[in-house]
Amino acid sequence: MQRNPQLNANGELQHLLSIEGLPRDTLLQILDTAEPFADVTEREVKKVPLLRGKSVFNLFFEPSTRTRTTFEIAAKRLSADVINLNIALSSQTKGESLLDTVANLSAMQADIFVVRHASSGAPYLIARHVKPHEHVINAGDGRHAHPTQGLLDLYTIRHYKKDFSRLTVAIVGDVLHSRVARSLIHGLTTLGAPEVRVIGPQTLLPAGVEALGVRVFHDMRAGLKDCDVVVMLRLQNERMSGALLPSAQEYFMNYGLTAEKLALARRDAIVMHPGPMNRGVEIDSSVADGPHSVILPQVTFGIAVRMAVMSIVAGN
Amino acid sequence: MRILIRGGRVIDPASGRDAPGDVWVADGRIAPPGGTPERTVEAKGLVVAPGLIDLSARLREPGYEYKATLESEMDAAIAGGVTSLACPPDTDPPLDEPGLVDMLRRRAKALALARVYPIGALTVKLQGARLTEMSELAAAGCVAFSQANAPFTDTQVLWRALQYAATFGYRVWLRVEDPWLAKGGVAHDGEVATRLGLPGIPPFAETIALGTLLELVRATGTRVHVCRLSTAAAVAMMRAAKKEGLPVSCDVGIHHVHLSDMDLGFYDSHCRLDPPLRSQRDREALAAALADGTIDCAVSDHTPVDEDGKHVPFAEAESGATGLELLLPLTLKWARERKLALATALARVTSDAARVLGSPSGRIEPGAPADIVVFDPEAPFRVTPETLRSQGKNSPFMGYELAGRVRATVVAGKLVYEC
Amino acid sequence: MKPLPDAELLLPKLAAGLRPHVTPASAMIGLYTGGAWLAERLHALLPMKDPLGLMDIAFYRDDYSKQGLKHDPKRTKIPFDVEGRDLLLVDDVLYTGRTVRAAMNELFDYGRPRSIALVVLADRGGRQLPICPQYCGAQVEVPEGMRLRLKRDPGGKLRLELERAA
Repeated sequence: MQRNPQLNANGELQHLLSIEGLPRDTLLQILDTAEPFADVTEREVKKVPLLRGKSVFNLFFEPSTRTRTTFEIAAKRLSADVINLNIALSSQTKGESLLDTVANLSAMQADIFVVRHASSGAPYLIARHVKPHEHVINAGDGRHAHPTQGLLDLYTIRHYKKDFSRLTVAIVGDVLHSRVARSLIHGLTTLGAPEVRVIGPQTLLPAGVEALGVRVFHDMRAGLKDCDVVVMLRLQNERMSGALLPSAQEYFMNYGLTAEKLALARRDAIVMHPGPMNRGVEIDSSVADGPHSVILPQVTFGIAVRMAVMSIVAGN
Repeated sequence: MRILIRGGRVIDPASGRDAPGDVWVADGRIAPPGGTPERTVEAKGLVVAPGLIDLSARLREPGYEYKATLESEMDAAIAGGVTSLACPPDTDPPLDEPGLVDMLRRRAKALALARVYPIGALTVKLQGARLTEMSELAAAGCVAFSQANAPFTDTQVLWRALQYAATFGYRVWLRVEDPWLAKGGVAHDGEVATRLGLPGIPPFAETIALGTLLELVRATGTRVHVCRLSTAAAVAMMRAAKKEGLPVSCDVGIHHVHLSDMDLGFYDSHCRLDPPLRSQRDREALAAALADGTIDCAVSDHTPVDEDGKHVPFAEAESGATGLELLLPLTLKWARERKLALATALARVTSDAARVLGSPSGRIEPGAPADIVVFDPEAPFRVTPETLRSQGKNSPFMGYELAGRVRATVVAGKLVYEC
Repeated sequence: MKPLPDAELLLPKLAAGLRPHVTPASAMIGLYTGGAWLAERLHALLPMKDPLGLMDIAFYRDDYSKQGLKHDPKRTKIPFDVEGRDLLLVDDVLYTGRTVRAAMNELFDYGRPRSIALVVLADRGGRQLPICPQYCGAQVEVPEGMRLRLKRDPGGKLRLELERAA
């Protein structure tokens, strides 16, 4: 059928749409490139001139402050010009089609489109229609992928645990709706993590999830046993009204991360969360603020990783 | 006009005849040999078969003229060798009034191309609440009643509709999909949808609805044709139902015999279909069931969709594929892959479809209506926006080369297409 | 063609030239990869107050638009405050001068040094920018289509080599 649209004819990364389908070496290249960028953020002058003169358009069809801000910071630290477009979904469906919007922006000399959209696959549609020198970075599409989040999660894990080949990682929560979970699972399996677990009720696990290479647990205590990394997913309020869960309290009882449950994991286990956190729903405050939590460093690493992604694609 | 179709390989699936010969046409019917022909069609090296009968082709009139018109779609039909087609009631407004049905039949008759059999709406506005005036609609020319792709939520109304239809011996054609289980779904609920992050329609959405329908058929005795099977499990249920002797038949969309959810690739919205393309295992079961006759016939489910409807993210795209011109080559492709005799394969789009439709066409024997297709089974047909005559250029097979080109089409004894 | 000078012989010569000018205000930075090797050896031979700084100029190159980010950039580590220092910038081969320009731009993003002196093992000429070394091991003529590189063998010995330009 079609060639992997993320890679150009030379096998180089021209768009970042999903971690799935990326060669192992490309993933490692991104993680390795992120390290020196992490140093840049420690300096007084937190900028490098790499993308000077280039324009990064943040095309957010789904509202988001956090992700958009980190992309903006990352682009500015590369000396790029940043233009933010928050296109609320309703006005977009009333007026211009997605492709018309992109075509109009192309005419304004865009170099990188950072796209977040509620429909899975939207960035692929855009990538098929941009000009050769334009690059698309997926900032989250539906429930399909959030590759920069997956990459920063991998970076975080590598920072604290060094070697993927010995890790047991547990991903807890609403995997069904989570693009973060899917991206992280693909990244972990590509980098050789021997055991990736998903923990959640049957209502929140997608059909055929084992085919992604994970072990399914419905009992959180059993699933956390001897884990090196625990990743907590955010639970959205809508799940209660969709007959997927009875209440947030019951969810916390069965699947919330407390210090007591965390004690079942390895003593040096780290706790991660893509944010924003629902304290008392998926994670207890004592754990979120506790010694195992690396939630705040995740955010810092996120800037370095996004700088790495932008530098790599914009140069190909 | 007297026509002689000379020297072809004549295949009549109904009788199983497959032999070289001549076919004579006079006064709109297949005629015994003799007399001087006013036109002769040289069919050496070609197959001469009954014209294809497509049980589901959307002509988009009335209401969706910006997607396609009767002229363009009938043009596509005869270029594809389709001489009779059944048109589902989901036009705008839906075919729930005799006046609309009448107008459609007149328009089609005036064009004098393929025969059009309108399928009437089973409920008013297809809303699944009130019965339509089935007798009036039947008098206007509807040969069966259907809900197209509109769901039945109220099973009591479904029961009453079946009872009413059975009273008069009307046939009911229904898709089987539980609307609650299918709600929000855009793809087969399986590994591919999980990977692509698309909301899924589980296979039991089909089997649960089919189970309900079969139970109602047992109770009412209505002649029901189940449209567009998509799961292996539903195939097994139909096999058992036929063995039991229930008055049921079924069809499959020709695309579902060739494609599975793997073909979605990187969100190809041309593969957004209703029902969705399911797993390889389902595809295999459908292809096998069509071969052994458990599935009575294949249809194109022709649904022209304009670019605006497809150049959007997968979940937002309109479902459907263009197919009138591809029904023949795709049927031949299926036959080749399953190593089926051409007569058996063609039966699924001619005589068997005729039986479901209640039409006298679909046979080549003296006295039968002269609806004939002459085609070259080996000649390549490259599927491009230019070669397709339908206004719908939405096909998962765009750019492919398929074997099977129509050289001539005869409808009611008139030569309507030649190439 | 003249044979290439012996890097191991040039090294003590360079160090001897630098030694009289090293003060507590001095600090050394080597450019990856050849300059870093050279700087490690020089730093050990000189009375430098601070540990050696190592720099990767990947993010300051002027050919990014054409070449992209070709190699995985290493981490720049400058373990001292650049402000007000007399920096010794060390590279293996000086050619067009663009690498040194990028290095200076990067250095100024760390602070404002009092001075920067350029130390190179070999100068092959061919400058495209107004840059010159304050300390130079040798002038080397490089034939057309060739590149001059510093190599380090597993034992740590440095040597200059010619290879085909890509």
